[in-house]
Amino acid sequence: MNLLVRLGAWSLGSMQRLGRGSLFLLAVLWRLPGALVQFRLLLGQLYSVGVLTVQIIVVSALSVGMVLGLQGYNTLVDFNAEASLGQVVALSLVRELGPVLTALLFAGRAGSALTAEIGLMKVTEQISAMEMMAVDPLRRVVAPRFLAGVLSMPLLAALFSAVGVFGGYLAGVGLLGVDGGAYWSQMQAKVDFYGDVMNGVVKSVVFGWVATWIAVFEGYDAPPTNEGVSRATTRTVVHTAFAVLALDFVLTAIMFGN
Amino acid sequence: MDADDLVILEGVRFSHGPRRILDGIDIRIRRGSVTTIMGPSGTGKTTLLRLIGGQLRPQSGRVVVDGEEVPRLPRRRLFELRKRMGMMFQSGALFNDLNVFENVAFPLREHTALPESMIRDLVLMKLHAVGLRGARDLMPSELSGGMARRVALARAIALDPMMIMYDEPFTGQDPITVGVIMQLIRHLNDALGLTSIIVSHDVAEVSAISDRLYVISQGKVLDHGTPQDLERSPSAWVQQFLHGRPDGPIPFHYPAPDYAEDLLGPDAT
Ligand SMILES: Nc1ncnc2c1ncn2[C@@H]1O[C@H](COP(=O)(O)OP(=O)(O)O)[C@@H](O)[C@H]1O
Ligand SMILES: [Mg+2]
Repeated sequence: MNLLVRLGAWSLGSMQRLGRGSLFLLAVLWRLPGALVQFRLLLGQLYSVGVLTVQIIVVSALSVGMVLGLQGYNTLVDFNAEASLGQVVALSLVRELGPVLTALLFAGRAGSALTAEIGLMKVTEQISAMEMMAVDPLRRVVAPRFLAGVLSMPLLAALFSAVGVFGGYLAGVGLLGVDGGAYWSQMQAKVDFYGDVMNGVVKSVVFGWVATWIAVFEGYDAPPTNEGVSRATTRTVVHTAFAVLALDFVLTAIMFGN
Repeated sequence: MDADDLVILEGVRFSHGPRRILDGIDIRIRRGSVTTIMGPSGTGKTTLLRLIGGQLRPQSGRVVVDGEEVPRLPRRRLFELRKRMGMMFQSGALFNDLNVFENVAFPLREHTALPESMIRDLVLMKLHAVGLRGARDLMPSELSGGMARRVALARAIALDPMMIMYDEPFTGQDPITVGVIMQLIRHLNDALGLTSIIVSHDVAEVSAISDRLYVISQGKVLDHGTPQDLERSPSAWVQQFLHGRPDGPIPFHYPAPDYAEDLLGPDAT
């Protein structure tokens, strides 16, 4: 009984939060044109949200690509199909691993930073001070960050896939002796631009919206105390991971399901 | 209504959820004066300032600033009104990604289309007024607590407001800084023709610079008047607060079960 009550309270709480989050998102969207005009602010955020995430993306993508090359080779070689390695690596990355892993890494590197930054601005009364100076913090603080996250994610995911393909090349062609020409030509022949690449891009766009939305909302909604902000930061990473993985399933079912 | 009053609170009640914070507050703040609202921590002093600034709305009662009913103002008009109010937050609340100069320039850049040379002159004038013209290139993290508050003060007066609110300007400062801030508050008030509202529990400091004092506790105004009036207040509570006596109407002990019983444990009874 107690469990039931708590489950009910929990789902009510979640629904309420989702409602508040949606209103918040609408309010931010309303201010996006304004964020485009504040070009210097946007550039600054593109740097801290996007450029500073490049490093972790490149390193992770390289190692993921190399692992894909090694594991793919081990399986394919049993069927004498190691010439298809390029196709396997590219499809895994472009369809799934690129968008999904980028979103997870983004949540850990940029999303948590966004939440902490906005939350701390609340703790230190900077948000209040802005309101008292008749400046709208949603426009000045949140909108440029949101836009920067939304713009960065597809680019980061594309970078992830490109670097991953190169990592697969290093492992497959460089270490295991797969024919280099076959690696690239199989990839070119079997990876469809609309069916695979564009679907991957759509995923990364969706994940970009969701991951950035969660990050800025958690920051803006955090109780203005130290533990409030630290909890919100954790929640950003956890909720983004859940949301991205669940959405990935849904999107995959829609895109590749028939 | 008296046209000499810039800020009027009438029967203001405010609760955070079920908790009643303010329970029928009446306060009048005269134009040109320095008025201090005193009370122990957690009585709702910051809340009171947020009500005046329109960041919170009372559940009932009136909040009038310069003839405008703050809780009823639409957003645009509220923002117009706020441009004429400055506020110095407890922590200073400087933007930590901007240096001192840009912090003070912030309201000017947001609300005016002045050329850069004019902004520079104005910022340097405001910084000079608080004695920190030389600190313009420092980042907030490089400032001492007292300097941060003075920069916040310069920022608060950047748009030449009609009034300025100070949230606990002395708390946690060294004696010299306290003296500097006291002098700045009084001096700026008189030189710029401002109206100042201070929220504080530093009795000696505010008595020295305030024209009027209000003492609030548990959501009510206990007494108000000039510092001399309050010295003679009949309220035992006000006397305890002003003289910092540890025991009185406000007990030293948080409500607790009987001491002897507590020590002996429940089995002993
Ligand atoms: N957002 C909030 N939600 C619930 N309670 C709050 C909130 N903000 C402040 N309070 C409570 O309201 C009371 C008054 O707060 P405040 O105005 O900050 O007091 P003061 O400035 O006099 O120390 C405090 O007891 C505080 O715990
Ligand atoms: Mg306070």
